[in-house]
Amino acid sequence: MSIVPIDADILIIGGGAAGCFAAVEIYKKSPGCRVVIMEKAHIERSGCLAMGLNAINAYLHTGQTPDSYVAYVERQFEGIIRRDLVYSIVQGLNDAVKDVEKMGLPIEKNADGTYKMRGKRSIRIFGERLKPILAEAVQKTPARVLNRVVATNFIYDNTRVCGAFGFGVRDGVFYVVRAKAVIVATGGASGIYRPHNTGEARNLLWYCPWNAGTGYAMGIRIGAEMTSFENRFIALRVKDVNAPTGTIAVGAHSKQINARGEDYLERYYKHWGGNRCLTHHRLLATIEEKKNGRGPCYLDTTTLNEGDERRLKEDFLNMNPQIVLLWATKERNPRKKPVEIYGTEPFLVGGHCQAGYWIDKDRRTTIPGLYAAGEVAGGAPKKYVSGSWVEARIAATTALEDIKDVSLRHPDEDIIRREKARVLRPLSIKTGISPAEARERLQKIMDEYAGGISMNYELHEERLLEARRLLKCLRDRMRDLSAMNHYALVEALECIDRLDVARVLVEHLIYRKETRWACYQTRLDYPEKDNSRWLTFVNSVYNPKTDETLMIERPLCP
Amino acid sequence: MSIFIDETICNGCKGLPEARCERICPGDLCYRKENTKAAIRDQSACWTCACCVKECPVQAIELRLPFQICSNGSSLKARLKHDKTIWTIWDAERHQEEFIIQARCLKGD
Repeated sequence: MSIVPIDADILIIGGGAAGCFAAVEIYKKSPGCRVVIMEKAHIERSGCLAMGLNAINAYLHTGQTPDSYVAYVERQFEGIIRRDLVYSIVQGLNDAVKDVEKMGLPIEKNADGTYKMRGKRSIRIFGERLKPILAEAVQKTPARVLNRVVATNFIYDNTRVCGAFGFGVRDGVFYVVRAKAVIVATGGASGIYRPHNTGEARNLLWYCPWNAGTGYAMGIRIGAEMTSFENRFIALRVKDVNAPTGTIAVGAHSKQINARGEDYLERYYKHWGGNRCLTHHRLLATIEEKKNGRGPCYLDTTTLNEGDERRLKEDFLNMNPQIVLLWATKERNPRKKPVEIYGTEPFLVGGHCQAGYWIDKDRRTTIPGLYAAGEVAGGAPKKYVSGSWVEARIAATTALEDIKDVSLRHPDEDIIRREKARVLRPLSIKTGISPAEARERLQKIMDEYAGGISMNYELHEERLLEARRLLKCLRDRMRDLSAMNHYALVEALECIDRLDVARVLVEHLIYRKETRWACYQTRLDYPEKDNSRWLTFVNSVYNPKTDETLMIERPLCP
Repeated sequence: MSIFIDETICNGCKGLPEARCERICPGDLCYRKENTKAAIRDQSACWTCACCVKECPVQAIELRLPFQICSNGSSLKARLKHDKTIWTIWDAERHQEEFIIQARCLKGD
C-alpha cells in the first residue's frame, strides 16, 4: 500500500456543517491559505445533514438578547454550561444564518423580509439540500477536498498536533497530511449503545450511523482533555423512524398524551413545570408513563386538518422522509391516529448536549495546534447547526492567527510506520473477530451495564464498574479484529474508535456521584441533584501509556 | 429492505467513474456490480437517508421502510429539478401523492 504525503496550512477533519463553514471562512480571511478537508464520505451528502434539515433551532429573534439566550441554555442544563462559549455562539448566530442564506438556503420569511418566527429560538427552513449548498460554497474556494478518506489518528510529536493520518477507502492509500493547524469537526458518536431498532433496521438511528466518535477517539488517544461525556443525549422522537417531535409540537401545536388520552405532563408532572418543563424532563415523564403502565405516549395529531398534514409532510420530507412512508397507510394517518413517541438510545454529542473537547473561548483544545468546532467541541449545548457554524468561524479565525509563526514539521518515520501498521492490521487477520461481532459486544455491554434502553437509562456504581471491566476485556480482544476488504476495515476502525470513546464515557458516568440531568444521567445510588458538591465540570485525560484515565474537575467559569 | 434498485431502469451511470449512488452514499453502501447495475452491499447498514434516491438521474431507486418497522408496503421516490425537489409517495394501494418543494434559492432570488 502506498503512502501519499500532502501538505496544508490548515487541515479540517470532517466536511460537515462546521468543517465546510470553516473552509469558507478561511478563504474569506486569507485566500492564499492552503486548506485541506479530510472527509470520510462525500461532502455533498455526508454526516448529520445528509437527510436535510427543516428548522434552525438556534437563532436570536427580536426581543431576545444574548443574555436571555444564555440564561435559557443554562436553565435547560441544570446550571452547568460554559457561559463564555455559549455567549460567543449566540453573538454570531444571526450572521452565520444570513451567510448560509446567501449561499442558497431557502428560509421562511414574513412580508417585511424578516425570518418568520417558528419557535422562540427557531426558524423554518427548506433544507433538503442544505449539505449540497454548503459543499458548493466550499467548491468555490481552492480548498482541496479528500473525499472518502477516513481520519485515523493525529500526527502528534508529544508537543504539538502537526497533521493527521487518513485511510483512502476507494484507493486503499494511506494519507499523511501535514498541517500547521488542524481543526477537528468530525461530529459526535452514534452506535455506542445498542440501538432501539434491530436486524435489518439496525441503522435507522436518530444520529448519523457513520459518526463513529472518531474525532473524540483521536483526541483521547493523544491525551486531549475531554469534558462532560456523562451528559449523554437521548432524543425524544417519533418511535422507530426518529422524526423530530418538535416539527409536530412546535409546527402544529400538538400535545403529548399518554395511552389514556391524558395530557400527562400537566396531570402528573406539574412539579417539573408541566408542559413548560425542561427538555430532559419531557423525556423522563415519557419513560415514567411507560414504567407506570400508562404508555405508550403520543403526540396528539388528531386535531390537525388536511392542510396541516400536508405542511407537516413537506417539513418532514426536508429532513426525515421515513415518517411520510410510515403515514402512507389509512391505519397510520396522523389525523386519525396520534403519533407514538419514545426515547432513543443514548448518543454522545456536543450540539444538543455538551460532550466533547475542552476548549478555550477561541476554540483551542488543550493540545497545541488542535482546534475543535461543532458537535465534537464540548461545553456549549444547544448550539445545533447554526452554533456549529459560529464555532467554525471562531476556530478558523484563531487557527489563522496562530499559524503565523508555525512551520510544518516532519513526522517521525517510525510514527508513520506504526500508524500504518495499526490501521492495516485487521486486513491481515484471516480468522478473527468481525466488525459486526465487536459492534454487538460493545453495544450489549453499554446497554446492560452503562444505562441503555433496557435499563431505562438508569445507572449505578456496581453496574458501571462491571461495564469498565468488560470494556477492558473487549479492548484486549480488539487485536483480533478482522476485515475482509476496505469497507470492512473502516467498520473495524469505527469499532475501535467507539470503544475508546465508550471507556472514557464510563469513567465520566462513574465519577459524577449525583443525578444532574435526569435520564441523560440518572444515578440510582445518588438520586438527588447536589449543587453543594457537583456544580462543576467533570473532565478527563486518557493516558495511552498506562491505559488509565485521569479525572479532573473544572470550575464553571474557567 | 430499505432501498430497492430496479435493475430494469438502472443504467449504472455508464461512462462515469462511479455510479451516482455509489459516489454519494454517506455510508459507502452502494457499488456497481459486474453486470454494471448498482447495488447495495448491506441493507441492514442503510440509514434510509434517501440520498441515493434523490441523486439517481433515472429514478431507479425506491425508498422503503424495513418490514419490522412498517409492513404497509409504501414506497417513495424523488428527483432534483433545478431549485425544486419533487417527491412521489405511494401507499399500500399504490395511490400516489406528489410534493414539489423549493430546495434552494437560485441566483437573483
